[in-house]
Amino acid sequence: MSMLLGLFLAPLLAGLIHRVKAFFAGRQGRPLLQLYWDLARLVRKHMVLSRTTTPVFLLGPALSLVSLLACLTLIPLGGPALLRFPGDILLFLGLLALVRFATVLAAMDTGSSFEGMGASREVAIGALAEPGIFLSLAVLVVQTRALSLSGIWARSGPELWSRAGLVMVLVGIAMFLLLLAENSRIPVDDPNTHLELTMIHEVMVLDHSGPALAVIEYASALKLWIGSLLLSSLVFPLHSGSAWLDLLGGVGVVFLVALAVGLVESTSARLSMLRVPQFVGLSSALSLLALFLVIR
Amino acid sequence: MTGTIDFLLVSMILANLWVLGSSRLPSCIRAVAFQGVALGLLPFALYPGHITWDLVMLALVSITLKAVVFPHLLKRALLEARVDPQVEPFVGHGISVVVGVASLALSVALFRRHPLPIVPPSDLLMPVAVSTLLVGLFMLIARRKALTQALGYLVFENGIQAFGLGVLQHAPLMVELGILLDIFFAVFVMGITLFHIRRAFATLDTLEMAELRG
Amino acid sequence: MLVALLCLIPTLAGLVAFWLPPGPGVRRLLPAVAAVHLLLSALAWSEPPGGGWLGLDSLGRLFLVITSVVFLAASVYAVSYLREEPAGLQPDMGGEDPFSNAKESVFVGCLLLFLASMTLVCASRHLTLLWVAIEATTLASAPLIYFHRHRRSLEATWKYLLVCSVGIGLALLGNFLLVLAAAGGTSGGAEVLWLDRLAQGPELDPHWLRLAFILLVVGYGTKMGLVPLHTWLPDTHSEAPSVVSALLSGALLNCAFLGILRGLQICAGAGQAPFAQQVMTDFGLVSMAVAALFLLSARDTKRMLAWSSVEHMGILALGIGLGGGGVFFALFHALNHSLCKAAMFLVAGTFLATFRTRLVARLGGAIHTLPVAGTLWVAGFVALSGTPPFAVFLSELGVLRAGLEVHPWLAAAYLVCLATAFVGMARVVLTVALGPPVLAPPVRESWGKSLPPLALLLLALLLGLWVPAWLLEGLRQAAALVGVL
Repeated sequence: MSMLLGLFLAPLLAGLIHRVKAFFAGRQGRPLLQLYWDLARLVRKHMVLSRTTTPVFLLGPALSLVSLLACLTLIPLGGPALLRFPGDILLFLGLLALVRFATVLAAMDTGSSFEGMGASREVAIGALAEPGIFLSLAVLVVQTRALSLSGIWARSGPELWSRAGLVMVLVGIAMFLLLLAENSRIPVDDPNTHLELTMIHEVMVLDHSGPALAVIEYASALKLWIGSLLLSSLVFPLHSGSAWLDLLGGVGVVFLVALAVGLVESTSARLSMLRVPQFVGLSSALSLLALFLVIR
Repeated sequence: MTGTIDFLLVSMILANLWVLGSSRLPSCIRAVAFQGVALGLLPFALYPGHITWDLVMLALVSITLKAVVFPHLLKRALLEARVDPQVEPFVGHGISVVVGVASLALSVALFRRHPLPIVPPSDLLMPVAVSTLLVGLFMLIARRKALTQALGYLVFENGIQAFGLGVLQHAPLMVELGILLDIFFAVFVMGITLFHIRRAFATLDTLEMAELRG
Repeated sequence: MLVALLCLIPTLAGLVAFWLPPGPGVRRLLPAVAAVHLLLSALAWSEPPGGGWLGLDSLGRLFLVITSVVFLAASVYAVSYLREEPAGLQPDMGGEDPFSNAKESVFVGCLLLFLASMTLVCASRHLTLLWVAIEATTLASAPLIYFHRHRRSLEATWKYLLVCSVGIGLALLGNFLLVLAAAGGTSGGAEVLWLDRLAQGPELDPHWLRLAFILLVVGYGTKMGLVPLHTWLPDTHSEAPSVVSALLSGALLNCAFLGILRGLQICAGAGQAPFAQQVMTDFGLVSMAVAALFLLSARDTKRMLAWSSVEHMGILALGIGLGGGGVFFALFHALNHSLCKAAMFLVAGTFLATFRTRLVARLGGAIHTLPVAGTLWVAGFVALSGTPPFAVFLSELGVLRAGLEVHPWLAAAYLVCLATAFVGMARVVLTVALGPPVLAPPVRESWGKSLPPLALLLLALLLGLWVPAWLLEGLRQAAALVGVL
């Protein structure tokens, strides 16, 4: 149930962020459901494939979509996840890495120098973000003594907040910063930019078109959903007793996170490429700090 | 009370990381001021049973100095000397932040290996103090501008004072005031010197000051 | 009461001096206060230390008298010095970059505050107050170094401020660690910082005590100029006006030494003297060796004197580290070194004012150009390098004997360092005094500038021939107070 919800609602997040940004810029903004229409339109178009590409070019988007779907089965929302076992955190992280690997591979396959540049940046940022993700999840693992995402979800909550509020704040901030970095949002990357030299994620998918681009767009929406869901389920979970209420609350928090992303995007400027490592490193530092507080 | 203590200590650590990661001098000055406030409030959180008028007055003086007077002095030195507000590190900001975190890890490990003969009011206090001290020393050697060296000195002193808080529940008022007075005049004299340095050398870059050797 | 006056009079006079108009009035304040200070110090010689914050024990007394004597000499010199300093712009040493002087009133005020802070160092009965006082000496003397407003003195001031402030910060950490070391004992932590409580034999945790002592040595050793913490010293002592250099070398370094001695007292009280002595011996030998090597390549009169100060601080540290008679002679040497070094710096100041350079390559024939100062310069060198009948000979010999008792190799190393330093200094001193003259004689010499170094050197000579009983007794008590065997 919660998985289906994710599949359907994911593109809505992108629309919401756009509306927030438009609101702050004093514009009307595009409709909330724009991404749905875009996807539908893209699926109907046909693809142009460059002669230099190999099947890897198409395999990339497919692989990343599949991995993200698998990720979705691991994350709890309003109740334990579909799949859960001790150590599924590692699988989850592995799948996320696989998504990046697939996207980068598809980008490199075109042989275009722009896309190679985007790929190298993506990998650099990913490598910098990795310790942050590991550390912040490690903090939650130590804090809740649970080794699976669903386990963390079950033991996290208001009680944990009252016991170790500071740690949760630090982890929350760290995960939010990582969300921005991982999903190519503004201080790190600008999803709306039209200058190839400054792009990271967008430049990697320049050559994709038609259904392949639709898959990529959908996959990145899904990734944003997963990231927000992680924050919502692990850091701010609701345990009201009623599964429906929990589900509703969880989705609500996801939208709140998207709102916050929109706020950050409209109030901050993009960092220069040289400062990005610092920004991403900050999240690692924060989660490391939280880890100190937990295990001291 | 542990929550408040932790909050203040984590604020101090964040100020360390902030001052290490920031590339603009005004932002660094703000970070050090912020750390001063956290440090000034720390005694109340650490020893809630011992709040006396002396202590309140001391904290007020300390916070006023560190959060208002010092930043003002240094900012004035910055403005009047028309210094380029870029930090110019020898060691990059990213690595500096890593060093900041590493210093904390080192301090935690240190106090694990060598347990203190006393029980400080918070087991995080001593590591944070030592880490702050190390960050201050690191800033002294890893930054080029004379102003950042002065900031490094302030961070270093903050670390030592935090250490003192853990060791001496209440140092005699006279001593505390003496220490504060010393630091005040140190910063005051440094501020004046900075101004002169800028006038005489047309820069605050300490690499330019290399006439004396042998 | 007397002690409080000793601190208060220079403080108040210093504050007043800030507001006085520059001129002869504010200049004359200096020797007046210095004379009163010396008188009070002499009166305080036999007063037993009270129980409060301030008081003079035998160590404090000794260092107070040294400070006071050197300050009196420097202040007399300063009157002529300030009178002869030109107003407005004056050419720099090399001829380029003309510079002006800081305000005379500020200079005098800071000198008096400097004296007050050094007095407080000698009179502190609480280790943190001692720390406050030593840091205050740094802050009071920083503006003095920047009296000549040119780039080199500014660079030296900044180095001095930063290196010493940070070093002394470490000493504060050392104080806190002392409290930690005492925390396990019966009397409780913070009590250990009171020097009065030392007699009770504090119970200290050796592990933390050692760490605390190392930090104290590193902290105050920075101020004292022990290698490798000496980096600021040659720059500062050479760039400061010579009056200030004389005070820095003759009085301030001793004050920092007193800080280390206080730490040593606590170590000795807790039975950790051997460790502390080892640390001091190492620092002492390294300082002597490095300073001696740098003396060989000295090209600048005042830098040479500064390096020689590093060397002599090494002798002090070594003497304390050797223990036995070494302690007594190290304290005696502190006195002798102060007298000779202050005299030499004052003479170097006269040279600088006449020749307008400190570079040995551009100096020569001083004994012809300035007969009195030139003679004093050579005499000062003879005294400082430990030639009989000057007192330095006695104290250096005493340290040598203490070294022989511990280990012959130690004594040999000590002698090699002394000989190297002697060769290095002799080259500079003799070139400056006897080399081909660069200025035509005769240049008029003022008594105000010749008398103070002459008096200081006569004192050093007198002590070499005859040490008065009260001083001998004072030195003995002080050596016993350090508590090192």
